[in-house]
Amino acid sequence: MTAIARTDNRQEVLAAARAELPVDIVAFIEDCRRQEHPESNLIAVLHRVQEHFGYLACEKLDAVAQLMNIPAAKVAGVATFYHYFRMQPRGKLMINVCMGTACYVKGAEKVVDRIREELGIDFGQTTTDGVFSLNSALCLGTCGLAPVVMINDEVHGKVTPDQVPALLEKAMLKARQSMEEA
Amino acid sequence: MSEKKLVNITIDGRRLQVEEGTTILEAARHLGIRIPSLCYHPDLSLPGACRVCIVDVKDMGFYMASCSVRVWEGMEVQTNSPEIREARRDIVELLLDNHPQECQICERDGNCELQNLAYALGVRERLFEGERKNFPRDDSSHSVVREPNKCILCGRCVRVCSEIQGVTNLGRHGRGFRTVVSPAHGARMDESVCIQCGQCVAVCPTAAFLEKDSTDDVWAALADPSRHVVVQTAPAIRATIGEGFGLPPGTNNTGRMVASLRLLGFDGVFDTNFGADLTIVEESEEFLRRLNGQGPLPMLTSCSPGWINYLEKFFPELIPLASTCRSPMSMTSVLLKTYYAQSRGIDPKSIYVVAVMPCVAKKYEARRPEHYMAEGIPWTDAVLTTRGLIWMIKSYGIDLWTLQSVDFENFPKETFDDPLGISTGAADIFGTTGGVMEATLRTAAARLGDESGRLDFHEVRAVDGLREATVRIADREIRVAVANGLVNAASILDEIVRGEKQYHIVEIMACPGGCIGGGGQPYPPRSMKAMDPELLALRAQALHAIDGQKTLRRSHENPAIQRLYAEFLGEIGGPKAHELLHTHYTPKLPRGIR
Repeated sequence: MTAIARTDNRQEVLAAARAELPVDIVAFIEDCRRQEHPESNLIAVLHRVQEHFGYLACEKLDAVAQLMNIPAAKVAGVATFYHYFRMQPRGKLMINVCMGTACYVKGAEKVVDRIREELGIDFGQTTTDGVFSLNSALCLGTCGLAPVVMINDEVHGKVTPDQVPALLEKAMLKARQSMEEA
Repeated sequence: MSEKKLVNITIDGRRLQVEEGTTILEAARHLGIRIPSLCYHPDLSLPGACRVCIVDVKDMGFYMASCSVRVWEGMEVQTNSPEIREARRDIVELLLDNHPQECQICERDGNCELQNLAYALGVRERLFEGERKNFPRDDSSHSVVREPNKCILCGRCVRVCSEIQGVTNLGRHGRGFRTVVSPAHGARMDESVCIQCGQCVAVCPTAAFLEKDSTDDVWAALADPSRHVVVQTAPAIRATIGEGFGLPPGTNNTGRMVASLRLLGFDGVFDTNFGADLTIVEESEEFLRRLNGQGPLPMLTSCSPGWINYLEKFFPELIPLASTCRSPMSMTSVLLKTYYAQSRGIDPKSIYVVAVMPCVAKKYEARRPEHYMAEGIPWTDAVLTTRGLIWMIKSYGIDLWTLQSVDFENFPKETFDDPLGISTGAADIFGTTGGVMEATLRTAAARLGDESGRLDFHEVRAVDGLREATVRIADREIRVAVANGLVNAASILDEIVRGEKQYHIVEIMACPGGCIGGGGQPYPPRSMKAMDPELLALRAQALHAIDGQKTLRRSHENPAIQRLYAEFLGEIGGPKAHELLHTHYTPKLPRGIR
């Protein structure tokens, strides 16, 4: 069967997959594969990958697919179904716009439209320069300040669409300052 | 055998008994009621996704999806009422509300299940007008085009890709309105694990998956006076092409097909069957050599290009087991540009070879680098599917198929051109499961000195997808396996990898039923669905009937093949035959997960 071994690329494919992921995640997957239903651990594996890299890149998902022996279409299907998983790296500044009932009634949609317009990104996306990411939240617990926008951990209340450009600029300046100080 | 329990139910006021486990939809069929459905496919899992097949079940308080609810004792079902009809119509209207309104310019116009359903349910105006999908079209693959804007998310393609083919290239990505069916990460089809079998095209109710159309190239070649345009038709075409013209499944239409091809303007009309006979002569030689210790066993057949793609991506370790014989299409194309060109004194570069195939993967096979005569000159220039040829015949206005005044019994005495038009019955059965095996066994038996004169090997026809058998020829026991549908094939291949089973020869065809169920075959008549066992049986019967009627039923007895070796190829399995008629395979990425 020596002729047969020659055309088998399985070991190379697995080695390439292992090289994509940190050792502890590879070990975790191997652990899972010894269990009865290894595929039931897919979400747990994805959480670990996202925790480590900040997001789920295609190559990482493919590596998970190969190591867990789950078709890539299924892995990607799960990853894109859940809100929690990010397919793109997170920006340095995380914008969370509250779309809860109170904020929505008070015009959050218009604020979001303005942010989209200013940054050219939609929910779940990151600007090409890697500075801003945009996300929606479903109530930040400060309905009295509606509509609310959070940039990283700073809360901005009663935001109007016209305030958006200045808000973004200030956040960017501050981020740059803190980077320079560091 | 344990008998299934019978359950008493009432459908539309009529009592009946059906077996436990029957769905409401299946039970209604017993009464002659066809509940409208869309995502439902009898050979796939039941997601109950589209809700078109809803019925009223007494005391349930909500409509149930009849495709996925199994009957229970005393169940009372109402399949029709003004309310149910309205609800079904609303469901289809909602499916239409973000569907492109371009039926007139859509390839599926006239045989689109969504269109037919909208008509049947009485959708006569559009009450809802929603946001349209705006996904890019993917025509990167040589075989399959993905048009996600026409997708209604019924999931049949996802299910066939995984449940029948074991490829699982397609999945649902994202959620809600933005859900899209695509390969992982929205990758291009030509960079995915797709094996290009086209079963997604066959089961799609709309035009979300289509074949890559080659008819424009063929029209252009036919109109070019500097080209000598020849055509070859695969064994399975004659048994299915009539369906495209409303003729009943299972009728052979060789004469009408050949006559139509001549009217279309082809300079030569040849038969892929000739290549099939040649494949058998070469393949049985290869098999006998391996049986005598020269080469690995089992030998895996290699005619089905979807299967070869699967082999290279999913089981590359088994590549050395595959027969190196080119497919009948490729052998015929090679001979058209060498043997035929030489004997007719035609410059091979001016010959344009069109192959009519039941298959979309053949479009890719024709573009493999190892299937080129020289830089920029493929052996096979264009591949049409059965559907593509049907469309060309209709588009031209050829009326041989429906004219009542023509005596179809005797019409027309059109036959293929010589010499690549002569074939034996062994070639005809190539188009159906077990056919390549049966043809190989016929010739191998003769070469091994078997005196039984046996021609029929019913035990190798895997009508249910998978067969194993031990065949006695010339005092030798030949252990064979036959599979169609790659999930079935994988179960045999896994056993081979693990060393659990020892076979001498294995026939694999990618599509259910073999080529007769290929991804390029006509969309089935309205009362049937792709992969319908009854439809496949009728088509197979047609091929076995031609075989049975022929005097010559062993490939090596084909006089044109004998002449070909004497005049041109030399020895069977010899150096020239190897150079022209054999090929090789290489592992391909992305590696499929099985």
